[in-house]
Amino acid sequence: MAERRKPKLAVWKFSSCDGCQLSLLDCEDELLAVAGALEIANFVEASRAVVKGPYDLSLVEGSITTPHDAERIHSVRRASKFLVTIGACATAGGIQALRNFKDVKEFTSIVYARPEYIETLNKSTAISDHVHVDFELRGCPINKTQLVEVISAFLNKRKPNTPPHSVCVDCKRNGTVCVMVAHGTPCLGPVTQAGCGAICPAYTRGCYGCYGPKETPNTKSLSLWWSGLGVSEQDLVRAYRGFNAYADPFRKESEAHEG
Amino acid sequence: MKDKTIKVDYLARVEGEGALIVKIKGRRLTDVQLKIFEPPRFFEAFLRGRKYSEVPDITARICGICPVAYQMSACHAIEDAFSVKVEGPLRELRRLLYCGEWLESHALHVYMLHAPDFLGYEDSLSIAKDHPDIVKRGLRIKKTGNEIVSLLGGREIHPINVRVGGFYKIPRKQEFAPLIENLKWARDAAVETVRWVSGFSFPAFERDYEFIALQHPGEYPFNEGRLVSNRGLDINIREYEQHFLEEHVPHSNALFSRLIGRGAYFVGPLARYSLNFDRLSPLAQETAKAAGLGSTCRNPFQSIIVRSVEMVYACDEALRILDNFETPDAPAVEFEPRVGTGYGCTEAPRGMLYHRYRIDDHGLILDAKIVPPTSQNQKTIENDLWQFVEANIDAPKDTLQWQCEQAIRNYDPCISCATHFLKLVIERE
Repeated sequence: MAERRKPKLAVWKFSSCDGCQLSLLDCEDELLAVAGALEIANFVEASRAVVKGPYDLSLVEGSITTPHDAERIHSVRRASKFLVTIGACATAGGIQALRNFKDVKEFTSIVYARPEYIETLNKSTAISDHVHVDFELRGCPINKTQLVEVISAFLNKRKPNTPPHSVCVDCKRNGTVCVMVAHGTPCLGPVTQAGCGAICPAYTRGCYGCYGPKETPNTKSLSLWWSGLGVSEQDLVRAYRGFNAYADPFRKESEAHEG
Repeated sequence: MKDKTIKVDYLARVEGEGALIVKIKGRRLTDVQLKIFEPPRFFEAFLRGRKYSEVPDITARICGICPVAYQMSACHAIEDAFSVKVEGPLRELRRLLYCGEWLESHALHVYMLHAPDFLGYEDSLSIAKDHPDIVKRGLRIKKTGNEIVSLLGGREIHPINVRVGGFYKIPRKQEFAPLIENLKWARDAAVETVRWVSGFSFPAFERDYEFIALQHPGEYPFNEGRLVSNRGLDINIREYEQHFLEEHVPHSNALFSRLIGRGAYFVGPLARYSLNFDRLSPLAQETAKAAGLGSTCRNPFQSIIVRSVEMVYACDEALRILDNFETPDAPAVEFEPRVGTGYGCTEAPRGMLYHRYRIDDHGLILDAKIVPPTSQNQKTIENDLWQFVEANIDAPKDTLQWQCEQAIRNYDPCISCATHFLKLVIERE
């Protein structure tokens, strides 16, 4: 019997730090197995060889910040049967979405001597603002175990198991003492989606929200708790304006505290 | 002779997005452009108004491959502004964290990104089909580095445990114990790597570079030292901006950095090695000599050997730190934020990384300047290409294209870093 064709994998990069696609190469124990189950057809960071599309699975890293990329994402979508965004940039616009709250022209002139050489959009936006996305994997950076889970779910035609509950649930599971209750350390854990392994509280610091808002987050209540701990309005704004600043619930909450 | 243009739209096996254009008219090279079109992300702009304590986490996001370098340069710069000294066991742990990052980043480059060029493969996964044990060895060295960053930093990419003054929490001594056995294995594997890569064939290509790196009296440089060169530069890092300038050119979203009055210079493993050979561990020195390297190396194609020697050193240094491990009294030094300007310079895997912050009386950032290694090397890479293409102008186009790509990969360029820039440059008409 002829061998079944291996599904083709493509990895695409938009505006990002490369950390999420690096997570694939950081799967030191699984990488060769992944390469055995899929044909790595287009992964520029790892290979010169590019196999033509269409691709069965596309992993998309990064946000859309230039007119060229706003076009390019459509050709990526057309070439992809199943498109998964990986990380906070692709899913929420990333840290570079902090420009969305400011005048980008001013930003360009702060950084560049010749702003006329720079082509950039006013906003940094998520991939789903431009094309249909089949699945979103959260995190800044993504968790490589979750990445392997997504790939494996795809290969086995099932839904990936990436729970939408809060970081708090994982802290309880891990037996980590609550940093907010025990030490009065402000923590975004109650409104942030799990997936990282609840590492910040395990290292006795508050969660800073790098996995973005959980399902139905009660940010208003959390902000009241933070205020009770003596956190200023400006610090609340900064806390929500991190790596997922343009995710709706975080954006709205930050705007609510802007004086 | 026909004119030819070599155009690589997407440089492969580099971090970030870049392109290369080489134009040849007849037998004359007319233009070389290393184009960086990685979109700008404006870190220096949005750092304004952020709290000093957020800076290590924010700047880490400039680069997913060397976040520790950004966290280290940021912490040192802010500590400089606050006159905080991090010493003793905490300082040692910072060096340990850096050893982890060097190991994972160098192993990634040597095995996954650079070696395929020398062996004529498109990528390391194709090498794995023919020589699985070699690629597995590289992945396991990489994993050893990642284990250090993961334990001490909380996770491999964008560690969460680094803060101004030290760490949030110090893992217990027994948690470090499993690293020791793995590092001993990795040290042997790194020695083996040096032997393996030194057997590759290298184009006869040398240039008389100005090498620039940190230099410290007693150690191979990670976090501290003076900035020195092989042509007499010897400055405190606070004097950086009196000696270096960044220029904005139309074909790049990264600023080109140059030494005032002298032009292009070279940062990274070759520079560190050539300026600090005598500070390497005895085993690293021996391994380098056995591989045929002198105490200086001017052939950028041989950077793969030097990177491998630095892996030997990183294992040695990590083991030295773990052997003498003492639990610090507190996870971080206490300090009071205050108004000031601070400077930080550390050795990222790809070379010297400069940060400068001005901070107000509320601990907020007034302005920031970040100069990553790749933008410092950008001019030198273009100069290498000029010389290399001129010397090989009759080579078939495909061969020449591949070798040009390889010449760029000599620098392990991190294009993501290079666009996440730099500050205003003064241009005089």
